[in-house]
Amino acid sequence: MTAVLESLSSLCLLLGGVLCITGGVGLLRMPDFFSRVHASGVTDTLAAPLLLIGLLLQMEWSLDSVKVILILMLVLATNPTATHAMAKATLHGGQQPLVFDDEESTGGEDTSKP
Amino acid sequence: MLTAAIVAILVTMFLALIRTFLGPTEYDRMLAANSFGTKTVLLIALGGYALSWNSFLDVALLYALLNFVGTIAVMRFFEYRNAPEEGNGPESAA
Amino acid sequence: MIAVAAIVLSDLFAVVMLFGVYSLLTAALFMNLHAVDVAFTEAAVGAGVTTVLMLSSLHLTKRWEAMPRRNPLMGLLVVGITGAALVYAVQDAPLLGDPAAPVHQHVTPRYIEQGEAEVGMPNLVTAVLASYRGYDTFGETVVIFTAGLAVLLLLGIKDDPRLRPGMSAIGDQVVLRLVVKALLPLILLFGLYVQFHGDFGAGGGFQAGVIFATALVLYDLVFGEGSARAVMPPRWLHRLAAIGVLVYGGVGVYSLLAGRPFLDYSVLAHNPVHGQHLGVLLVELGVGIAVFSVVLLIFYAFSGRSRRR
Repeated sequence: MTAVLESLSSLCLLLGGVLCITGGVGLLRMPDFFSRVHASGVTDTLAAPLLLIGLLLQMEWSLDSVKVILILMLVLATNPTATHAMAKATLHGGQQPLVFDDEESTGGEDTSKP
Repeated sequence: MLTAAIVAILVTMFLALIRTFLGPTEYDRMLAANSFGTKTVLLIALGGYALSWNSFLDVALLYALLNFVGTIAVMRFFEYRNAPEEGNGPESAA
Repeated sequence: MIAVAAIVLSDLFAVVMLFGVYSLLTAALFMNLHAVDVAFTEAAVGAGVTTVLMLSSLHLTKRWEAMPRRNPLMGLLVVGITGAALVYAVQDAPLLGDPAAPVHQHVTPRYIEQGEAEVGMPNLVTAVLASYRGYDTFGETVVIFTAGLAVLLLLGIKDDPRLRPGMSAIGDQVVLRLVVKALLPLILLFGLYVQFHGDFGAGGGFQAGVIFATALVLYDLVFGEGSARAVMPPRWLHRLAAIGVLVYGGVGVYSLLAGRPFLDYSVLAHNPVHGQHLGVLLVELGVGIAVFSVVLLIFYAFSGRSRRR
């Protein structure tokens, strides 16, 4: 296995691991459900392909690699859908996002958009 | 580096598990369980390769699927309880 | 730790989720013991089907566990005595992986050494399950069929006139519907792969049946009960369950008619090894069909009922 592939794989694994932990910390520390779902959904959906690509680069090309690609595509397809479905279900259940009202209207983005 | 990634995944799973126990509403628990499941898929894939399990990718693929189905099932039975009276019918079918 | 939490918590919803996590950890333990087929089945059944079935039954009953009215001391005594007896008996059991243990003598070396040559497939687990111990597996299939029968007799599948195609529970989730529609054929394809790849890797009839049923359960959850019943009516499932068991039994009866013992697959083809392979294939097909229809029937029986006020 060449050094290029190995260093690329290590880079992907490192980035994936860092993103994972970031997502986990975000899940714990964010103040509101919607911010948590955003943190977890975005980081999970990016960390999973990165980690799987890192794994792919370490394997030889065989049936296993095709299966890794399949898992990657499945996670890429289902994780955002599940996140979207959960957020919509929570809105349906009546939870509202946490909105911080400033005294002066700063004209910033409307945080109550789902 | 593979070991470092596996440790990172384990730490994230632990954090997600804390959120499952804490989460003030059930939606938080559902979210944390879904995240736990996604991390489990990655753990099986990476850990199986590191420990040389056979057919570990089949199990990972299966669990990625089941995690999704489980999350949808929880949503359906917890949130959208009043079926099929409340249904938006064919006009919102994609 | 998870088991203790599952016992202590009285919020049954959280208990169901904890059971799912527990099944997953057990599956990981099996993988660690290199029992991949078992881990596969445990993940499929425990984390998937059981969670969905428990959630649908929770939907029908109360969410919070009622306090026990009787004094549990007698139950605790019985459990304590039985547990102590079991622990005492386990002391005599051989250590895990001990080469001198009785289970590793007698028949097992023959299975390991000659299994691939005799049955013609690399996966020893499927060879033992479907060929060497085919009679046991037949019993398991009949047990699954009986379980489905029992659920049908006890609960029945209501033919609710409100369940028409298009009436969906999850109302306005457009993205979910689209993605699930695209995903369903892939799940069914994966189920077919698992069914027929069981000879070479992890897989086989049980896991494949559960995956097929999961695909239809997903369809049912997202698109509503009416749509799933339009695709797969309960009548067909009754017949399919019986057909699954009959295929298995039929292979056995065919070998009886050919003059050999029940479920001896060597008579199915000109070459005994080919016959074994063909026999295992047919038998796994029967198992897959039976498991699929029974799981789906149980799901229909549970989920089609609405809560009575």
